Amino acid sequence: MQAFQTIRTTFVPMPEMNIDTDQIIPARFLQKPRRDGCGPWLFHDLRESPSFVLNQPAYREARALVAAENFGCGSSRENAVWALYDYGFRVVIAPSFGEIFYNNCLQNGLLPIRLPRKNVGTLLAASPLEMIEADLESQTVRFKEERWHFDLNAFAKQCLLNGIDELGYTLSRLDEIIAFERNSETTRQ
Amino acid sequence: MFEKIWSAHRILDRPDGQTLLYIDTHLAHDGYVPAFEILRERELKPRRADRIFATPDHYVPTNSRGLMQIESAERRSMVENLTENARAWGLTLFGLDDERQGIVHVIGPEQGVTQPGMTLVCGDSHTSTHGALGALAFGVGMTEVAHALATQTLWQRKPRTLRIAVSGALGRDVTAKDVILAIIAQIGTAGATGYVIEYTGPVIEALTIEGRLTVCNMSIEAGARAGMVAPDQVTFDYLRGRPFAPKGAEWDRAVARWKGLPTDAAAQFDREVHVDGAAIAPMVTWGTSPQAAAPISGRVPEPTTSADAHALDYMGLTAGMKLAGIAVDRVFIGSCTNGRIQDLRTAAAVVRGRRVASPVEAWVVPGSGLVRKQAHEEGLDRIFTEAGFQWREAGCSMCLGTNGEIAAPGQRCASTSNRNFVGRQGRGVRTHLMSPAMAAAAAVEGRLTDVRALGGH
Repeated sequence: MQAFQTIRTTFVPMPEMNIDTDQIIPARFLQKPRRDGCGPWLFHDLRESPSFVLNQPAYREARALVAAENFGCGSSRENAVWALYDYGFRVVIAPSFGEIFYNNCLQNGLLPIRLPRKNVGTLLAASPLEMIEADLESQTVRFKEERWHFDLNAFAKQCLLNGIDELGYTLSRLDEIIAFERNSETTRQ
Repeated sequence: MFEKIWSAHRILDRPDGQTLLYIDTHLAHDGYVPAFEILRERELKPRRADRIFATPDHYVPTNSRGLMQIESAERRSMVENLTENARAWGLTLFGLDDERQGIVHVIGPEQGVTQPGMTLVCGDSHTSTHGALGALAFGVGMTEVAHALATQTLWQRKPRTLRIAVSGALGRDVTAKDVILAIIAQIGTAGATGYVIEYTGPVIEALTIEGRLTVCNMSIEAGARAGMVAPDQVTFDYLRGRPFAPKGAEWDRAVARWKGLPTDAAAQFDREVHVDGAAIAPMVTWGTSPQAAAPISGRVPEPTTSADAHALDYMGLTAGMKLAGIAVDRVFIGSCTNGRIQDLRTAAAVVRGRRVASPVEAWVVPGSGLVRKQAHEEGLDRIFTEAGFQWREAGCSMCLGTNGEIAAPGQRCASTSNRNFVGRQGRGVRTHLMSPAMAAAAAVEGRLTDVRALGGH
């Protein structure tokens, strides 16, 4: 996983609620190997419409996506996060996310930011080519004169800042896992 | 119940409030290539091969059992990869040539692998299914799958608890599927985000395990981390004698422990929702989110959001149309939601003595090889085939079409699966979710039909 760095970028608005991971990457591309990159399959079916937001030149350089409630609901496919990341996105902002999708973002260096609906509404109403800045260290989104704080759990933040995942940390606590496993054999379930 | 399972599996807490949970059981399927790659890249292997159960379901064909019948080399390699890794690491494998193969969420309960009080994970969002037996079960992505394989643990933020009480009694031909569709229509597709749901009340208690599995299966469609039903005598009767269930004195000890799991009457939940079971009618969805569900006696509603307007456009429906009478092209009976023996029995009862309406193409895809075998023993396969249904092999099939089994653009499908998302059953395909009895009624009438109006079943 790559370390997350503060980013100043234009952003893509997707104002519809409940965009599910089947839209983000249709199921027929799930068997494509990750090493080849999942970017081409991102929003594949929606992108076939010339008017789809990603096809508009103004959003070509955008590395942030701003969406409405419950973005990434549905299937647990991590390919949805890989497709967003491989396409070039580093930040997704929404009032709420599908929970599995949110966790998958954190595992892959894609920063998911929950902001109040009012702030997301401001971004969704902005003109193309306006910029936001997402600063993970201070947990702040800056837009024009505004600064919005966002919550993120401290461990996930450190992982994102340093480009490391949880697995190494958990393996360093293996002795405790083994001890728990032995001691709880008859009481766990 | 949730609190008891959580605290019995809590290994340690991190300063940020996340808990390292011990995972008792892991179910693996043929979408696990990315997770196995992570393990191999880091020179790791599954820590508890004895607690990992694998079966191919997403990519298997349902018109045959031959691996070489999978025309796409990419899809075939997904099945081969699972088989090779399961053998290399000594995981319990129910392979394509094994009659116990099936959809991972059907065979876990069927084999008695899923048990009350355990924690269970699988790299699939419908892992919530297993909560029907009183387990804490949730779906995760492939990086977390790799974590769970390598450590037999997962980091979790403690979810809030939501009790959904379904009172009264269900009317005739109203099933578990109608209950969960009515719940999602009431609370919304994000209505339970951040929560673990516990389903309670007389309607839930009166359901069979198959019915409870259907309800818990679709918890994720309301956004929930997991869905659960407290174990009771129905649970114990279902599990007793299953291959991986405890035996002899161990069984008695297990049941004694499981009886201590149900929530105390005075327990506090973070939120409570009440649903009147007697008011639930057979349900169908009209849009492209599971929350877009209505009684079959209803009409397509006026769209109130742009998303709903787009959904109606995609579905080829207009506001005010009666739901009953909408013509269908395809019928799919199966999936981890409704691919169990009871589902096939209720569908067969409707189909018996009738024929699939021309030109509808109707499929039955049993949830497992053993469900299929049981259906043969009961003669259900003949009821379906004599009516003109295709009687197929076990797998996920048209629920999501990863194996290539999809409908054609513009076709309308009455489906017992769990998601009516845009393109879910193929590009441009219009999915209406419903119960097996309602899907059977749609097949024989050629249109969405109130199964209560069909006599003789």
